[in-house]
Amino acid sequence: MTTMQTSPVVKGDGPQLNKRHRSFRPNTKHVPILATLGLLVAMYVSGLANYPRFDNPMVVVNLFRDNAVLLVVAVGMTFVILTGGIDLSVGAVISLTTVLTATLLKADWPPLVVLPAVLVLGALIGAGQGAVIHYFKVEPFIATLAGLFLARGLALFINEDSIPIRNDMWRELSDFRIPLADGVSTKPIAIVALLTLLIAAVVLAWTRFGRNVYAIGGNADSALLMGLPVGRTKIAVYTLSGFCAALGGVLFSINSTSGWAGQGNGIELDAIAACVIGGVLLTGGSGFVWGTLLGVLVTGLIRTLINFQGDLNVAWSQIIVGVLLFSFIVMQRLVTRKAR
Amino acid sequence: MGEQSPVLEMTGIRKVFPGVVALDGVDFRMFPGEVHALMGENGAGKSTLIKTLTGVYEIDGGEITLGGKPVRISGPLQAQQAGISTVYQEVNLCTNLSIAENIFIGREPRRFGKIQWGRMRRRAAELLARLDLDLDVSAPLSTYSLAIQQMVAIARAIDVDARVLILDEPTSSLDTAEVEQLFRVMRRLKESGVAILFVSHFLDQIYEISDRLTILRNGQLISEHRVEELSQVQLVEKMIGKELAALEDVEDKAQSNRERAAGAKPLLEAEGLGRTGAIAPYNLTIHEGEVVGLAGLLGSGRTELARLLFGADKADQGEVRVDGKKVSLRDPQAAMKHRIAFSSENRRTEGIIGDLSVRENIILALQASRGWARPIPRKKQDEIVDKYIKALQIRPADPERPVRNLSGGNQQKVLLARWLITEPRLLIIDEPTRGIDVGAKAEIQKLVAELSTGGMAVLFVSAELEEVLRLSHKIAVLRDRRLVEELENSADVDADRIMQTIASGASS
Repeated sequence: MTTMQTSPVVKGDGPQLNKRHRSFRPNTKHVPILATLGLLVAMYVSGLANYPRFDNPMVVVNLFRDNAVLLVVAVGMTFVILTGGIDLSVGAVISLTTVLTATLLKADWPPLVVLPAVLVLGALIGAGQGAVIHYFKVEPFIATLAGLFLARGLALFINEDSIPIRNDMWRELSDFRIPLADGVSTKPIAIVALLTLLIAAVVLAWTRFGRNVYAIGGNADSALLMGLPVGRTKIAVYTLSGFCAALGGVLFSINSTSGWAGQGNGIELDAIAACVIGGVLLTGGSGFVWGTLLGVLVTGLIRTLINFQGDLNVAWSQIIVGVLLFSFIVMQRLVTRKAR
Repeated sequence: MGEQSPVLEMTGIRKVFPGVVALDGVDFRMFPGEVHALMGENGAGKSTLIKTLTGVYEIDGGEITLGGKPVRISGPLQAQQAGISTVYQEVNLCTNLSIAENIFIGREPRRFGKIQWGRMRRRAAELLARLDLDLDVSAPLSTYSLAIQQMVAIARAIDVDARVLILDEPTSSLDTAEVEQLFRVMRRLKESGVAILFVSHFLDQIYEISDRLTILRNGQLISEHRVEELSQVQLVEKMIGKELAALEDVEDKAQSNRERAAGAKPLLEAEGLGRTGAIAPYNLTIHEGEVVGLAGLLGSGRTELARLLFGADKADQGEVRVDGKKVSLRDPQAAMKHRIAFSSENRRTEGIIGDLSVRENIILALQASRGWARPIPRKKQDEIVDKYIKALQIRPADPERPVRNLSGGNQQKVLLARWLITEPRLLIIDEPTRGIDVGAKAEIQKLVAELSTGGMAVLFVSAELEEVLRLSHKIAVLRDRRLVEELENSADVDADRIMQTIASGASS
């Protein structure tokens, strides 16, 4: 090309060029999460307005207790979805964990052996799926679907019936209450769930592993060319999800002091829904674990509101979650399209 | 730079893909503090050679030494650690992350395992300041233009202590001012002793910035020269291995049918057609057998204008007439019904389906217009495909090869073939020659000239003024998303004249 006579009028100099971009919607990625927060507040306020006993702090505290397992599982799921993947096996891993825990405790294994053993098993199942996904380039959907059948089958094979847990440690943990204020207390499982959330948030925002998760979800090819450990990160993410599922299973077994192969059935879908409502993009690369928390709380609060109403069919909670999912997916589309 | 020892030496490099020898015993060397241009047509082996250096491919034979020591580069990370950094043709960054992260990811400053965001942002800003860029480093990369993204990619590459910096077509999406900015940076890096491998299809740029060049053809080393030893014409001849007559030929052809189109009747008329935020309302008439060129700077609205005519974006005002009758081009299918075809500038993401074969890619649009219920018989397919592979000289001439394995220029030809077999009356081609080499460029230009002689109307979008001038009967000049002038192409219209219009915005 011949030398162009570019006058400053045409192109503008560097800074001018940049300024044009600078004022360009800086907070696009926060829009979905803020929308969910707004929804949550609105739901809570409408609860306060309609039901006299809704202002009891136990309403909020119980939200965390009742949804502790879902929160833990959804946190693991968030990592997977952020890389652009999906993990369908978490519900089955929960049932396997509860059944195995109950069986081993019944066989008088020491609880401090059972606990790490089932957690490691969950992590290993996750790692195996991650390895299959990475090394054999299998779609995460298929690989974890296989994992789902495998884990659920194993659980049923071990025992089809519900097994009660009589171990002292489990019983004590189940009955233990942590006082928060006058007349307000919660169970340890809620604390475990919140700790998991906190650790996950720190890992995602402040560690290389966390940032690699976002990078892979944004563009895996680029991440590879930038020299990031794509394979290792992918496997780690599924390992983490498997671990979280096993932890969820342990919490389940504590909460119900039993193990049953039907437990956790379908919770993977609740977890995915919570992520989506919380603004985690299913295509990966965008979202926060705080959003997932909000998503869990929204679905939980829907159920609470229906309970308070009393005369509504529980099916309504699913219908509302369905409607919410649709509207949030559409909203994400609109937001990301505008940002482009 | 006397006879120092080379920082990088590749000897007898061999790389074989199923069915093709991509590199056949190539030698290549680079000295510290030089800009070394790697030259060759598409499919000559440039990209493959670069990928063996960056660890994307492992070599099947030969030896690579870096600073005198033999190295084995088994992956991108190893390449970076050895001091080889790369900025690819298509920007390979994560647009969902912030600028600072894109520069530092994988190497974030940390304390006790925790990323120090503040320090990272400060260092990113400092680094960009060295490139004369003042950006909000915590904003996601996706909010910036492609040119800025490219600069960020370079910032990332130079922050690694690179001994060898590979710039693969860095300038193909930059405008002139940005190219100058890039060259300033390259000169500064050169002074600090970095060896820069530079790939570009703009010969003027090669001659402006490079010290030495190496020419490849068909996977073989042709020669290595100091830049001042070789004229541009000699260089091109060495690259394509034949005389330049082909290029001249195009000129004559376009000249002769320039007059011919005068009496043709209007095929498509756009009146007050526009889309808010994309392109201001414009009038444009395209006649049968006419080549209309769209000229303008990057981001001036060239593509946006073309997309409205194909229904790829929906116009929110104005109307379009085809053969004098008002039509609605609300989506590409509607446009295709009126036999308008659009070959996208973004061949990788919007056109070519890498995993499908050449044959399948070519047949795609024709099959779509027939409806999937009526498959085209295989024999007919082979016939058509063979014809176009021959006509467009698609290489390798193997209809069953996945398109992914073809070079950029040949992918572009496949894309063209796809639209040509639908026998469009108006063919819109957006940047068909970007990022492809001189030989393929000439072939595509020749093809456009031939098509218009055959009565097809062509809307030709290109950033290269010479190309637009050579081919078009009429040139529409765009500036700031507005069609500012329409010029009949005649002897007294030249690049300067168009540049003036682009610069001043007003017709003189």
